[in-house]
Amino acid sequence: MLLLGNEAVARGAWEAGVKVVSSYPGTPSTEITESIAKYEDVYCEWAPNEKVALEVAIGASIAGARAMCCMKHVGLNVAADPLFTSSYTGVNGGLVIVVADDPGMHSSQNEQDSRFYALASHVPMLEPADSEECRLFTKLAFEISEEYDCPVILRLTTRISHARSLVNTQDRESIVNKEYVKDIMKYVMMPGMAKKRHLVVEDRMNRLAAYSNKSGVNRIEWNDKKVGVITSGILYQYVKEVFKDASVLKIGMVHPLPLDLIKQFAEEVEELVVIEELEPFIENHVRQMGVKVKGKDLTGRQGELSTTILRKQFLNEEISYADVDNEFDIPNRPPVMCPGCPHRAVFHILSRMKVRVSGDIGCYTLGALPPYNSVDACVCMGASVSMAHGMAKAGDGIPTVAVIGDSTFIHSGITSLIDIVYNKGNSTVIILDNSITGMTGHQHNPTTGYTIRGEEAPQVNLVKLAEAIGVKRVFVIDPFNMKEFRKLVKQELDQNEPSVIIAQRPCALLKTVNYGKPVYIDQEVCRDCGNCMRLGCPAIYKEDDEYRIDEALCAGCELCTGMCAFGAIKKEERI
Amino acid sequence: MNILIAGVGGQGTLLASKMLGMVAQKQGLDVKLSEVHGMSQRGGSVVTCVKIAEKGKKVFSPIIDMGEADIIMAFEQLEALRWLPYLKKDGTLIVNTQKINPMPVISGTKTYPGEIIKSIKNSGVRVYDIDALEIAKECGTTKAVNIVLIGVLSQIVKDIDKEIWLDALRTVIPTRLLAINEKAFQKGAEYEESDK
Repeated sequence: MLLLGNEAVARGAWEAGVKVVSSYPGTPSTEITESIAKYEDVYCEWAPNEKVALEVAIGASIAGARAMCCMKHVGLNVAADPLFTSSYTGVNGGLVIVVADDPGMHSSQNEQDSRFYALASHVPMLEPADSEECRLFTKLAFEISEEYDCPVILRLTTRISHARSLVNTQDRESIVNKEYVKDIMKYVMMPGMAKKRHLVVEDRMNRLAAYSNKSGVNRIEWNDKKVGVITSGILYQYVKEVFKDASVLKIGMVHPLPLDLIKQFAEEVEELVVIEELEPFIENHVRQMGVKVKGKDLTGRQGELSTTILRKQFLNEEISYADVDNEFDIPNRPPVMCPGCPHRAVFHILSRMKVRVSGDIGCYTLGALPPYNSVDACVCMGASVSMAHGMAKAGDGIPTVAVIGDSTFIHSGITSLIDIVYNKGNSTVIILDNSITGMTGHQHNPTTGYTIRGEEAPQVNLVKLAEAIGVKRVFVIDPFNMKEFRKLVKQELDQNEPSVIIAQRPCALLKTVNYGKPVYIDQEVCRDCGNCMRLGCPAIYKEDDEYRIDEALCAGCELCTGMCAFGAIKKEERI
Repeated sequence: MNILIAGVGGQGTLLASKMLGMVAQKQGLDVKLSEVHGMSQRGGSVVTCVKIAEKGKKVFSPIIDMGEADIIMAFEQLEALRWLPYLKKDGTLIVNTQKINPMPVISGTKTYPGEIIKSIKNSGVRVYDIDALEIAKECGTTKAVNIVLIGVLSQIVKDIDKEIWLDALRTVIPTRLLAINEKAFQKGAEYEESDK
């Protein structure tokens, strides 16, 4: 089978007899849990956030089942609290935490290196280098978890998660739940118990260090001994292409590292190189042993590495490639809100109102880019609401709104809203309710009324939730009604109490949304004012001094018809 | 063989790479694909890589880097130009002549470069330029642009049987759309390279 790394993790977990999987979506990790959902003999769910997800998995593990929890790198920040203490309690059924890092930030707000979480929480970490290893290492992770009584982190990066390679398959193991035995010394972490468990953790890490040195999960591929390269994950593949003659120490267990094996390898090669993305994690360990090594001095910590970078930096090779003679000024093509996107109306209005916008994580972060230039700050999930409160308390008097998606509000916006109400703030919070978790590719969440498998589920009522928190001014509005929306935002900014405006319109990419035919510009009527262009819709363009609409791109949402004072934009009626 | 597929998010580049992966598999060759998911999919510049090993050999990296592609399949002119440095000096470019304005052009801060295809042809790269959007429309759906381009690709990658291509097509395309897409593939496969 030709599987994505993510799909192969799901396959491995299924083969390992995983019984409970709870996750929150986040690129590049999302497809793991989506693939698990296709195995009907596994219980699987989208949790409201990563902390909840990991706690669900921990509970299942304590009760005796094999359990897994998947997230992107920043999700592990949210789940860090249960992670650190589950390292003390250890497991009953095997517990695997999958975290996908995003070097180069294809779809993320930072490029933190999750390997330090393994180090800090004293939890072993495995790192596969292709889809087949994704499958095998997931199974191995469950074995190590039960053998050494600890959670195990499986670390992926974007290029592992989103590359497809050939995978073998095996049957599902028939795993029965471990017996649950009440044991408060192991599972109730109060100071008295935790002090004893900390010693258990230290002992476990020593035994795991021995395992790391001896097990085949880390392996040396001897070749010419002039250059020896230590590497792991996707970098192993780049190294095999670039350093054709070198010996390679391929690390599969990045924590604890196989220090004895590294020492042995270092002694036998003339020159030692560590190739790793992001932080010098392996390199620092090697340097601490007093071994001379090349690495980050040549590659840096920022962004993804590539075969091109390795060739240039380590081999001084010149790259030849196709090129044109003319000098072209190639315009960037940043991601944009799709044609028909409900957020376009919101940011068009907010941009014209010139209010300060405290932003959040989702498709709507694109409201920061031209032509809207609307979002002022974006830090992490849920932060829009609390930052807006902080901005108000800073007292500069600039009118400020928070914008947050439905899924993100459930993830971690609720406690922030409670903070505003409890502390007598007066912020205006706009919940962009597009009926789905959009950016990660349409996952259900507690506001959509459906589970991960599309079964009907109780639906969180955002209006009642806001009211229960104590917000008295709660409004639901269709943002495509731009005039009314603008009036409402202005009205609520003037209030001396908190408001919640739920801007409701579904994501245009949902299968249930069908706007019918595209619109077109009647050139006879068009006065070339260009007002329609201000919406920043990718379907509207100017060519040969005419404003036109690309019928292949247009969603037919008709938002732009309201922009034209002359009625020149019409629904497609021509055959 | 390294095939780089460049386009704009939403144009169907993912399906194209999936189909090529299937073709390689059916031919019994090692293959790796690299895809783009998430934010950059939203109308941004997207690239997927298809790397197929020679018989009995293995693919290591799933990524095609600068100067490593044998063929670039570009779904849009500007993206052809943007990713051209990933093509080998003597590589082949298949390019859909469609233009999709990026936001800096829409918002008027940049202009869409002219004479892209002519310049690339002058650089010595072999170019198949084709109005795949128009052909797809004639076949019955604008969404078949990717299959038209794969049709063109099938004439360049000569050592794969036509039956394997069609078989892969049947696997990735839902039955109700199959006839349209088979037509689109055929039109691409019969497309004649225009003079320089």
